[in-house]
Order: sequence, then C-alpha cells, then structure tokens
Amino acid sequence: MEGLRSITRKLDLQHYVVYLGFLAIFAFFAITLSGDGFLTTRNLSNIVLQTAPATIMAIGFVFVLSAGEIDLSFGSITAVSALAGAVVMQDFPMVIGIAAGLGAGLAIGFFNGLLVAYLRLPSFLVTLATLGLFAGLARSMTNLRSIPVINDAFTGFFGSGALFGIPSLILWTLGAVIIGHLIYRETRFGAHVIATGDNPGAARVSGIKVPRIRLAVLMISGGCAGLAGLLYAGRLQAAKYTLGESDLMTVIAAVIVGGTALNGGKGSVVGALVGSLLMGMLNNGLILMGLSVSDQMIVRGLIILIAVAISLRDTGR
Amino acid sequence: MTDQQSHRRPVLELQNVHKAFAGLVAVEDFSLDLHAGEIVALVGDNGAGKSTLVKMISGVHAPTSGTIRLDGEDVSFADASVARSRGIEVVYQDLALADQQPVYMNMFLGREAVRGPLHLLDRKTMIEQTQTLVDELDVRIPSARAIIRDLSGGQRQGVAIARATRWAKKLILLDEPTAALGVAETDKVEKIITTLKERDIAILIISHSLDQVFRLSDRICVLRRGVQIGVRETAATDKNEIVSMITGVS
Ligand SMILES: Nc1ncnc2c1ncn2[C@@H]1O[C@H](COP(=O)(O)OP(=O)(O)OP(=O)(O)O)[C@@H](O)[C@H]1O
Ligand SMILES: [Mg+2]
Repeated sequence: MEGLRSITRKLDLQHYVVYLGFLAIFAFFAITLSGDGFLTTRNLSNIVLQTAPATIMAIGFVFVLSAGEIDLSFGSITAVSALAGAVVMQDFPMVIGIAAGLGAGLAIGFFNGLLVAYLRLPSFLVTLATLGLFAGLARSMTNLRSIPVINDAFTGFFGSGALFGIPSLILWTLGAVIIGHLIYRETRFGAHVIATGDNPGAARVSGIKVPRIRLAVLMISGGCAGLAGLLYAGRLQAAKYTLGESDLMTVIAAVIVGGTALNGGKGSVVGALVGSLLMGMLNNGLILMGLSVSDQMIVRGLIILIAVAISLRDTGR
Repeated sequence: MTDQQSHRRPVLELQNVHKAFAGLVAVEDFSLDLHAGEIVALVGDNGAGKSTLVKMISGVHAPTSGTIRLDGEDVSFADASVARSRGIEVVYQDLALADQQPVYMNMFLGREAVRGPLHLLDRKTMIEQTQTLVDELDVRIPSARAIIRDLSGGQRQGVAIARATRWAKKLILLDEPTAALGVAETDKVEKIITTLKERDIAILIISHSLDQVFRLSDRICVLRRGVQIGVRETAATDKNEIVSMITGVS
C-alpha cells in the first residue's frame, strides 16, 4: 500500500490520469462502438459542442476549488443568466441581453463572494443556500415557462454559428480555456489564488489580500456560469429554468478528474477541459451502448469515485 | 551595541504594547527599542507571549493597546503587507509555507516576478534567483523547483530563512528559526544571522536555546506569562540570571 502510494506519487500519476483515462475510454468506445457511429466526425464534434457550457463552468470551478472554496450554485446561476438574457432580448438588442446574462452571473457571484470573503461564512453552506435560492428564482421568474430566443445574431454568436468553418461553441470553449489557463498559470493573480487555497495564513502574511481573492474566484465562477447560460440559450434557442440543473456532478467530476485538488492549492484548467470532454464522451458512449438512464448514472458515479480516490491519494489526505 | 548605533533613531520602537485574546492576556505591557545592526533575543517559557509579540510587530495581530513604530512612524494597526513593504521579514513559527507549491514560488510569494506587457509570471528569473540564493546560503534542497511538501522539516525552515534574508531590508523577526534543525544546519543559520547583522539589519530572535542566545545576541529580553521581566546586555549577564528571570525562581 505504502509502496503503491510512493510509486503513484513519484510518477505524479494524477497529472496524467485524466489524459490516460481519456485515451483509454476513447479507445474502449472506438472499438466496442465502431459499428454504432461513435467515431464519426459528426458524433465527435457533437460531444465537443454539447460539453461547451460544462467546460466553461468547469473553468470557473477550477479557480474556486484552487482558492480553497467551493461553489455549488453555478447551475442555478446558469439558469438565471440564460433566462435574464432571453427575457431582456425580447425587447432589447443582443448586446443588452448579453450584458444582462453575464451581469446576472457576476452579480450572484459577487453576492456569494461577499458572504464568503467578508462575513467568513463557509462557501459550502453559502452556495448551497444560493443554489436553492436562485433555482427558485429561475422558476418564479418565468412561471416555469421556456423563453424562446429568436434573435438570429445571438443564436449564431452563441449557438449554431461558425467562424472560418469552426463552430462558435468550439471557439468559445477554446477561448475560455486559453484565457482561463493563462490567468491561472501565468499571472500573479493565478498564483495568489493557488497560494490562498494552499495555505491562507502564509498567503496573508505574504501580503496577498486573501478576502479579495475569495471574492474574485466566486465572481469568476458566477461569470463563467453566466456565459455557460448564454451558450445554452444560443444552442437551444430558448432558456428554461432547468438549464444547468444537471451539470453539478458532471462539472465537479470533470474538474477533480482533471487534476484539481479538492482541498485547494493545486489545479489545472487544461485538465478540466479534458475532464469535461471525458465526461461528455462517457455520456455519449454510454447512450450509444444502449445503457438505460439508471445504468448510465451508476457507471458515471463509479468512474467519479475512482477519480476522486486517485486525486485524494495523491494529496496524501 | 556601539555608541554610534545608540544615537541613531531605533528601527523599531515598542511602547506599552498590550495584547489580550478574548480575555486571555498574552502580552501585558511590553516596551523595547531595536536598532539597526543589533540582535535582541526574546526568551521565555512556552506560552509566554513571544510569538504573539512577533505577530503584532509584523501586523498579523493588532495590539489591544500601545504603539508600534517603524523608523518613527506609527504602524500599530497596519496589516501584514505594510510591514513587509517596509523591509520587515518574518520567519514564523507556525505560518510557514505554501506546501503544494515549488520552492521558487514560495520565495517570491506575494512578490512574483513578471515580464512583458501582459505581466506574465517570469518563472525563469524566479527559479534562477532562488537557485543562486539557496546556493549562496548553502540551503541543501534538491532544486528550486522542488515542492515544499517533499522537503524535510529542516529544508523547509531553510527555505523560510532564505526567503526572509532575500527580502529583509530593515528588520527581521525570527521565531525559533533553528528549532527543527540539526547541529550543522543550526550553525549555518547562525552564520546567516551574523551576516544579516553585518548588513545593518535589526534582528529579533526567539530561541529556547540559551547557548544560542548567548552566542548571537547583544541584548536579551525576558518574558514570563506575558510580563516583561527585564532586558539585559548579553555581555553583562549570565545564564543563571536569565534562567531565574525566565522561571521566576532565584
Ligand atoms: N490567536 C490566538 N487566539 C487566542 N489565544 C492565543 C492566540 N495566539 C496565542 N494565544 C495565547 O497567547 C499566549 C501566548 O502564546 P504565544 O504563542 O505568544 O506563546 P510563545 O511564547 O510563542 O510560546 P512557545 O514558546 O510555545 O512558542 C498563549 O496562552 C496562547 O494560548
Ligand atoms: Mg511561539
């Protein structure tokens, strides 16, 4: 046991587990589902398109977890943002709709952040409460109705459009991953986020404004969830309170599998992208295999357990 | 302390500093001046209030009452970043390093080197400077890229001390810097402290080793259960006197 632990640590298995897992599952589906259209360009690009919102939520989640906090409310934020954008665009131009959607996300993130950073309430409890609060708000905003989005510019920009033949959802994903990665890995802010999650006391005496970092990461998460909401609204050409509802487990799993430590201090944006693609691929493959919804849930749950076990073994906790 | 030093304005002035934690008095009434190039040792039994005093000077805790002056300026209620921007460095007993980060990131924590118009992290510079520094100070770590968690207790302490010496300009506070160290490493740290003194930096060192205190310090200040018992010139006292001041038994 000790031997195994030291070997996995030496190889820093966790760094590669997401890539290895991705390749293994990809190969498994490619072989077993070769007759079922898994390997077609159309199916593969579908996987990427479908995971776009989850990937973007996952990027925000990497920042939150790395700072030693958690955000359980991003799914609700996604719904509220999508609805805010859709409702505003019924009467106003696209730009104002976008501002409303992103603004709603940032505002809820700010609210979470204030409670966590300055009142020192545990983020787990704060965001658990706002998860329910804003899920309820999303339902009451529109009386459970779905709001159509008929603005063509918007649905092109956030959904079905393309630039140089590359679908806009892929461009959004790539853009968010590149910017997220740069901020996370290559800026002082990113370093301060990681240090805050690693050892808040050491961060504080090093002159890092720890409360500001906590506020910022929850706002980043809110902003990412807001963008994810706009992407949902663009792709589905409608907004509904159910958007983002089922993403909580997928996103957490994607981020943990992608090498971000549950206890903060360590993470990877690129890992979260691969983790998110892995989750999307898993969903897709399990459906093509003809598994029932309940079996899919069981298999996904088991895979997440394995991933979390590996992740926590590496941090030695 | 030379005559010239005593005529200069003290780097650090503590006047009637008092600290209570929710009713528990950690430091009763503490006053001390510390001059450039001077080493003062702070001694006292466990729980005497030594670390609390260090944390008030560095801005981690605000004093309940009293004044703390740096270069004559009142900083009693400033936070930790203020102390550090004024050239004060601390090796804390408990608030140490970011464990999952490499040595070089800890060395530059809160002051990361950046480059280019986008102010991206300049890892190369940080790694090079860290390597030079640890080589200079003979801190034996596998590499500047090593993760703190993978280092031994003594190596970590070496990193914390290296960081403090890298950035200290005026004052350095060392809270039991050699508690985790072996004989050879302790010797190295004492040499480093001597070179800091030569750089005209004021040093406040907390230590439970009276041998070490007598080797290094110019003055010795004794705390007992939060009460300042007295300050002695090291050359004019001996271990027996200090021990009886610490324990209250004569
Ligand atoms: N943050 C805090 N909150 C409440 N009480 C504290 C806090 N920090 C220290 N104390 C108390 O203040 C007293 C002095 O503690 P301090 O850490 O300054 O002692 P010390 O002299 O550094 O001891 P040691 O030699 O064991 O390091 C102790 O009774 C301690 O319990
Ligand atoms: Mg102490």
